Amino acid sequence: MTAGATLFEKVWNAHVVQRFDGDRDLIFIDRHVLQETTSAAAFTGLKRNGRPVVHPELTLATQDHIVSTEPVRDETSNPGGLELMRLMRANAAAHGIRHFGIEDPRQGIVHVIGPELGAALPGLTLACGDSHTATVGGLGCLGIGVGTSEVEHVLATQTLLLQRPKTMRIRFDGRPGPGVAAKDLILAAIGKFGISAGRAHAVEYAGAAIQALPVEGRLTVCNMSIELGARLGVIAPDDATFQYIAGRPYAPRGQDWEAALAEWRTLASTPDAVFARDVAIDCAGLAPQVTWGTTQEDVIGVDGRIPDPATYGDRDRRQRAAAALRYMDLKPGDAMEGLKVDIVFIGSCTNGRLSDLEAAARVARGRKVAPRVRAIVVPGSAQVKREAEAQGLDRVFLEAGFEWRSPGCSMCVSINQDVVPPGQRCLATSNRNFENRQGPASRTHLASPAMAAAAAVTGAITDSRKLAT
Amino acid sequence: MRKPFTAFRGIAAPLPLSNVNTDAIIPSDYLRSETTDLARGLFGRWRFDAEGKERPDFVLNRPPFRRAEILFAGENFGCGSSREAAAWALQRFGIRVVAAPSFADIFYENAFRNGLLAAVVAPDDLAAMVAALEAHPDDAQVEVDLASQTLVRGNAARIGFQVPAFRREALLRGDDEIAGTLRHVETIGRYVADDRARRGWAHRAIAPKENP
Repeated sequence: MTAGATLFEKVWNAHVVQRFDGDRDLIFIDRHVLQETTSAAAFTGLKRNGRPVVHPELTLATQDHIVSTEPVRDETSNPGGLELMRLMRANAAAHGIRHFGIEDPRQGIVHVIGPELGAALPGLTLACGDSHTATVGGLGCLGIGVGTSEVEHVLATQTLLLQRPKTMRIRFDGRPGPGVAAKDLILAAIGKFGISAGRAHAVEYAGAAIQALPVEGRLTVCNMSIELGARLGVIAPDDATFQYIAGRPYAPRGQDWEAALAEWRTLASTPDAVFARDVAIDCAGLAPQVTWGTTQEDVIGVDGRIPDPATYGDRDRRQRAAAALRYMDLKPGDAMEGLKVDIVFIGSCTNGRLSDLEAAARVARGRKVAPRVRAIVVPGSAQVKREAEAQGLDRVFLEAGFEWRSPGCSMCVSINQDVVPPGQRCLATSNRNFENRQGPASRTHLASPAMAAAAAVTGAITDSRKLAT
Repeated sequence: MRKPFTAFRGIAAPLPLSNVNTDAIIPSDYLRSETTDLARGLFGRWRFDAEGKERPDFVLNRPPFRRAEILFAGENFGCGSSREAAAWALQRFGIRVVAAPSFADIFYENAFRNGLLAAVVAPDDLAAMVAALEAHPDDAQVEVDLASQTLVRGNAARIGFQVPAFRREALLRGDDEIAGTLRHVETIGRYVADDRARRGWAHRAIAPKENP
């Protein structure tokens, strides 16, 4: 294959329809996934200009952001979201787009159902009006998170006009110990390199610790690319990837499968590929990570202490850290472990897959949610929910006192009814700990599913490795 | 076509924070409907308290910045969620230019696609401008000239800003990007035909009208 090319460059270059000045390329989009909160205005724009959807057969839609996650629900369970849910349904119907509504067995979070259905595949480009679209990079699929104008652009042209990003590689060296999850690897990398390290770059995650991750863990790592500032993030597909894909509803079959597989085996970056930026992080000895502040780079090991802003050399960083500690009601030098929590949220496009729920259930099994803690488990999709129930995980959670809810984005974006009350502290497996993200004056700590379950059953941030079974 | 971006003079407001995320620019409460008041929602949690009363100390609640058309902000402006409502809310409030040392990738795209100028300024120029605006709020008029890529406050020295040439020209003309791409519809068609021959598996329908 191409000498000296990165995985990203191979996929990108195969999709260039035309090159333009200013390092811009018109890129063909193989798959387009729509959700209800970022697409309505795009359809309005199409209508205003009398433009059709050019490739409805390459497009699919779902409802995930604003849906109720009540255990028994329909569209009316969140009256405040009816307008957008109905618009999604009507727009999909009007344009012949397959729509997995709240009642459909394939409904779920866009970034969970894409891989699950085989809509996201290695070597493809996939666009979605959501910043976490790089999730599918875990399969070697180029996921491009876009705004609503770009959603309209894809609907009308099946292309995107994009500035070619620079290449960046983060090598995860060493072997993380037991109980250290994919979430910990990516949080540690964001802590080390910062929340804007990947801006204007397409990041490839590589190294022994990444290769050793199961496919769902790779999706978790790529999911948080945007938290590094990168719109794109990818991991080389391998036999584990191909095994994960085989037999999924929209995965290639027969001769198509053989042809696809032959191409997928050529996608990995060549050994002599050069990255514009090449950095590494050592994963040996890494503890489970927890964020203490209001950006994802504000992160430490669970065995660490809240940093003193005065120790930061940079004035801006010092002020931001001090403001974050005030917002989070924390003091420098406090131990992270032992900090009391009010709410625990397990779910989201970051950590709402079956293996995430399994990891949480291993900690929750036979234990009880601490008094005064509200703990909710929100599967990432209807399929994840079914598979978890087939294993009896719903009973494990329910018996321990967790809520077992219906699939959706839930307390990650808190645009439905799932909100953290003012001043309360939430340990969440999602991706954003911004001020007010989970509700006005909410306080968010990000961590892995096992860490979330450990906090739920102890009522405080706890090293989940101590509860491992 | 959208309205071409022309030179203007307007009030500039200082918001010298880094990493202003799109949740802060437009909280999710304002994303629940197509008809919410995005102008009121702009920096909603910073402008209004829990009862909906103005917080008098926030810059956009103070004269003359209540009528700001230009915002000087810190690095990595617009990080986080892809919500295009962040750009829409700035515009509905009346902001036509955000000047910052850097912008998050998706916000940057969203801004230009709506005719909002995201101007990259040097950190030193930003610091000087912010200091001047805070010291002299009575002299907060700034002249924006996209053609020459300059910003001038009163009689102070002009500062330059960076914007890629193609984006500058598109703003000055008021280009509709989709119309521009549709002019290449035959090229797209040729790409699809060639790629189908090469990678048929990639083009199989994922969502036919009949059940899979």
